[in-house]
Amino acid sequence: MSFLVKRLGSAVSLLFGASIIVFLMLSPAFGDIAFNVLGENATPEQAAQLNTELGLDQPLIIQYTQWLLGALTGDLGTSLYSTQTVSAALAARMPVTVALVVLVTLLSGVLGFAIGVAAAIKRGWLDRALQFIATLGDALPAFIVALFLVTLFAIQLGIFPATGYTKFSTDPAAWARSMTLPVLALTVVAVAGVAQQVRSSMIAVLRQDFVRTLRSRGLSETRVVLGHVLRNASTTGLTSLAVQVVGILGGAVVIEQIFALPGLGSLAVQASGRSDVHVVLGTVTAYVVIVVVVNLLVDLAIAWLNPKVRLS
Amino acid sequence: MSLITTSVTRARTRGQGATSRLLRNPLGVASAVVLVLIVLGAVAVPFLGLPDPGVADLREALQASSTEHLLGTDSSGRDVLSRLLWGARINLAGAVLALMVAVLIGLPTGLVAGYYGGWFDSVANWFTNLNMALPGIVVLLAVRAVAGPSVWISMAVFGVLLSPSVFRIVRAAVQGVRGELYVDAARVSGLGDARIIGRHVVTVVRAPVIIQSARLASIAIAIQAGLEFLGLSDASVPSWGSMLNEGFRRIFVNPSLVLWPSLGIGLTTMALILLGNAMRDALEDRGSSASVRTGRTERIDAADEGRSSLLSVRDLEVSYGIGDAKNTVVFDVSLDVAPGEVLGLVGESGSGKSQTAFSVLGLLPDGGWISRGSLRFEGMELTTLPPQQRRKLRGAGIAYVPQEPLNNLDPSYRIGYQLTEPLRMAMGMSRQAAKERALDLLARVGIPDPEATFRAYPHEISGGMAQRVLIAGAVAGKPKLLIADEPTTALDVTVQAEVLDLLRDLRTESGMGVLLVTHNFGVVADICDRVAVMQSGRIVETGGVQDILECPSHVYTRTLLDSMLDDSGDVRVYTGPTEGEAS
Amino acid sequence: MTAPASLLKVEDLEVTYKGRGGRKFQAINGVSLAIRPGETVGLVGESGSGKTTIGRAVLGLAPITGGRIEFDGRDITHVSTRERRGLARDIQVVFQDPYTSLNPSMTVGDILAEPLLIQGWTRRDAYARVRDLLDRVHLPADASSRLPREFSGGQRQRVAIARAVALGPRLIICDEPVSALDLTTQARVLELLIELQESTGAAYLFVSHDLGVVRHISHRVTVLYRGDIVEQGEADQVTARPEHPYTQRLFMSAPVSDVAEQKARRRHRRQLATRGDR
Repeated sequence: MSFLVKRLGSAVSLLFGASIIVFLMLSPAFGDIAFNVLGENATPEQAAQLNTELGLDQPLIIQYTQWLLGALTGDLGTSLYSTQTVSAALAARMPVTVALVVLVTLLSGVLGFAIGVAAAIKRGWLDRALQFIATLGDALPAFIVALFLVTLFAIQLGIFPATGYTKFSTDPAAWARSMTLPVLALTVVAVAGVAQQVRSSMIAVLRQDFVRTLRSRGLSETRVVLGHVLRNASTTGLTSLAVQVVGILGGAVVIEQIFALPGLGSLAVQASGRSDVHVVLGTVTAYVVIVVVVNLLVDLAIAWLNPKVRLS
Repeated sequence: MSLITTSVTRARTRGQGATSRLLRNPLGVASAVVLVLIVLGAVAVPFLGLPDPGVADLREALQASSTEHLLGTDSSGRDVLSRLLWGARINLAGAVLALMVAVLIGLPTGLVAGYYGGWFDSVANWFTNLNMALPGIVVLLAVRAVAGPSVWISMAVFGVLLSPSVFRIVRAAVQGVRGELYVDAARVSGLGDARIIGRHVVTVVRAPVIIQSARLASIAIAIQAGLEFLGLSDASVPSWGSMLNEGFRRIFVNPSLVLWPSLGIGLTTMALILLGNAMRDALEDRGSSASVRTGRTERIDAADEGRSSLLSVRDLEVSYGIGDAKNTVVFDVSLDVAPGEVLGLVGESGSGKSQTAFSVLGLLPDGGWISRGSLRFEGMELTTLPPQQRRKLRGAGIAYVPQEPLNNLDPSYRIGYQLTEPLRMAMGMSRQAAKERALDLLARVGIPDPEATFRAYPHEISGGMAQRVLIAGAVAGKPKLLIADEPTTALDVTVQAEVLDLLRDLRTESGMGVLLVTHNFGVVADICDRVAVMQSGRIVETGGVQDILECPSHVYTRTLLDSMLDDSGDVRVYTGPTEGEAS
Repeated sequence: MTAPASLLKVEDLEVTYKGRGGRKFQAINGVSLAIRPGETVGLVGESGSGKTTIGRAVLGLAPITGGRIEFDGRDITHVSTRERRGLARDIQVVFQDPYTSLNPSMTVGDILAEPLLIQGWTRRDAYARVRDLLDRVHLPADASSRLPREFSGGQRQRVAIARAVALGPRLIICDEPVSALDLTTQARVLELLIELQESTGAAYLFVSHDLGVVRHISHRVTVLYRGDIVEQGEADQVTARPEHPYTQRLFMSAPVSDVAEQKARRRHRRQLATRGDR
């Protein structure tokens, strides 16, 4: 239990730290908000008046405290270009990105483990082939893979739509069609990293002494490999999956743009392009929350699998 | 043993020969060539006389390849080849900038955190975790909102975001070295921290940092191209990402506009990753997968007479690899173990005694195989037995007690599970019956509180206790033959004596035969009935324990016995300080 | 001839390691011993007895929390890095594991020259001395340009010994120097250590778990159990006729290569166990 408390504590401290850093990083931009809203031709007096109205003439620490208090109650401010609140914008975009990330994480986790285990046990040509494909996936940025998939499946073959998004609630089949290529592009990249990691830690565990001892007890090879070796190797596999999740989120930003998916990424890109500070701050916070939650889940899974982590 | 020693030596093999191994790796060489060509192109582009990458001419838009425009023109009529090479400049320079920032931050902080630990380590680690929780491109979007579309600012910030990857690797490498005895030896020689880091630590960090750099450069190129592709960077500067952005808008009209920048990005990132992998493989000197291949056992005609009813080995030859790579480590070994008999297999490291034991178990390490000979257990020929039946023999017929107790328990499972699993799976006991049997066994091997040990994880018990648990696990299946590989070498002498007592009692109770591998003649004298002495893969002498210890016939056995130091013999007498010569 | 003064004097030494979360572990609870010039004192004990820690404390590699260490009449309990550099000329070490005690990426010559160069020797003199040292430990002169991995365990330990004697120290801490070696190699390395002691007059603090090895090389022997000294005396007495029950148990537990004798010991040990009881 103390382990759980410790993990939660570190998750909260990370969230808190990230919000401070992003806030400080964006602080110079707050000065320009008035001009962004009023236009380049506004007089300094007009700007100063708006700054006072928005509380931007206060010291940074007060501004941050106010933002943080607001954030804790779900109020992240309002977009400079529309009357939509940041929370509402995030709520509208979040499901697309979360669905994308969850699908890719599950898919690349399952495939990565399966491929990694197969490569570690079989070795030989299967191993080399998997290694090579994994290296390709590892080396290519997701958006290059996505462009390739679009060219092949959408333009040449016309199987999947190149762009556009249909809500799941509107038409599940169309939703699935609009998500297939984006999920595929991100999975190809993420699965490579997981498979490589699982393979090498499987091989490392297979070389450990206790594996020989387990075999000497007459246990079947399946039990030794799946029950013991995989369990010990899965810790590093899961850690690498957690690292991949951050990469998947980053890759999703560009992928959403390519496939015109209305997710957090396209919101962030749009807001960044026109310096819509509150929206940028809100989306970054949302991303950090997703990462921290995923890391927490992975840590719990690792602790469940590995008693040493739990007890120390 | 010899194999373990070899792999230790191999793991320590660093640097030397790495370059030649790298040059023999075709993928590594190809990647290096590709990278060199791309860099050359980027450096030489101002002197190639190509059209200005920025000059638009709408009349020339979207032309196919021609002598004037080798790769055609884009939608504004600009030369694609020229833009591709000028783009390479920007993208490579951006990656170099990010890499420099990452190494400048990550290397020194990693060195300090790894070497000194303490509060700096904790703080640096917290920042690292924080940094790792931020998706890079999202942070760069935020930076873009503040700082505008400058590539250089973005890539410098990205360098900061990459620095944890360098930090982690450096820190881990330094922590590894800090515990090494040669660092202690340097300290005793009077080296200060700065010189120790400079002479002994930095050398260890160098290779992993270079390898990681290739990887980080590849990531930096991908991220920068991604930002440009999103249209968030200065569009007036030709770059791979902005070309991609433009091409993507016309992807239905002319897919080749996407092709060239994609190739640029893809080839560069891939070459960097492959080169990094090749360097890693060269430095770690991973054996080729060919060594895992094994061959068929050559049968021999051995007479039946004189062969023991329990275990009988004739002309055993153990090899690693096949063909030209074949390396034979055990030659013509013949031995017998009768029921209830303890045969000691004695020799120094590399003598092949453990390989012989593993052959009997059918558990030679990867690549090892029985290249010749006959192994007979209870009249059954083991070398021709299918793997499935061989497995069924293990545990119930032939059991094994290993050398290092704590490395031989699965750290993830409780002791109880590890003892009951084979009873349930291989012997078909019920959960309850298996538990009762396991508790009985734990009590039998002299564990004071069987219930507590049953519930404990391996890291919660001592080495002596762990060895008792392993013995309990070995005898759980009531085996006819026990293979014990240096079962007391890792233990303190007082514990060793108790474990030997236990083995002797178990042998008497169950009448099982024991093949005991050891290097210690004291252990031999204590427990063995007969002894076989091995040297360089061959048995040089076999006989009754009394005969071998008292009147050895082979010169090697005599040398071994003479090297024993025990509590007889002269002691040195102190005669006051000797005059040491000046150095 | 007057009894020579102690070269090393350890008085009421206490060493406490700080564990995770502020937990403390006292490895040595007040140990006193002395070594005379040119003498070998054997330090015997099982794992957890603190025998290695005492050696490391003398070398300044363990956290001393009580007592004092005196070398040649000078207090060296807590000395600065700079003073430690001066001490390097007088106190040296040979570690147990010849695989990790030599930097795998340095040549044997560089490893041996390092302590000399630190003390201000010129490169020329240092490498001349390296040739001399290799000769003294019976390694070929061409060993200088080779890497540690090209040598066997016994040869590496010879290199480590050469590094220890390079500066002509008056005291060498030998921390289980032969435990990782094969039987025949073990005997040869011990002979080398004795030979070097006779020619250089260095004193040894010889740490080992093996009574037989300690008896072979030591003049006097100290037995440790869980951070305390249980018995101390002349080598012959402690290793052949121990007085303390723990030392007796240690003695009876070490198996000997004589069947009848070993049988007798086993009986004796079992008697001790039932008498001593838990």
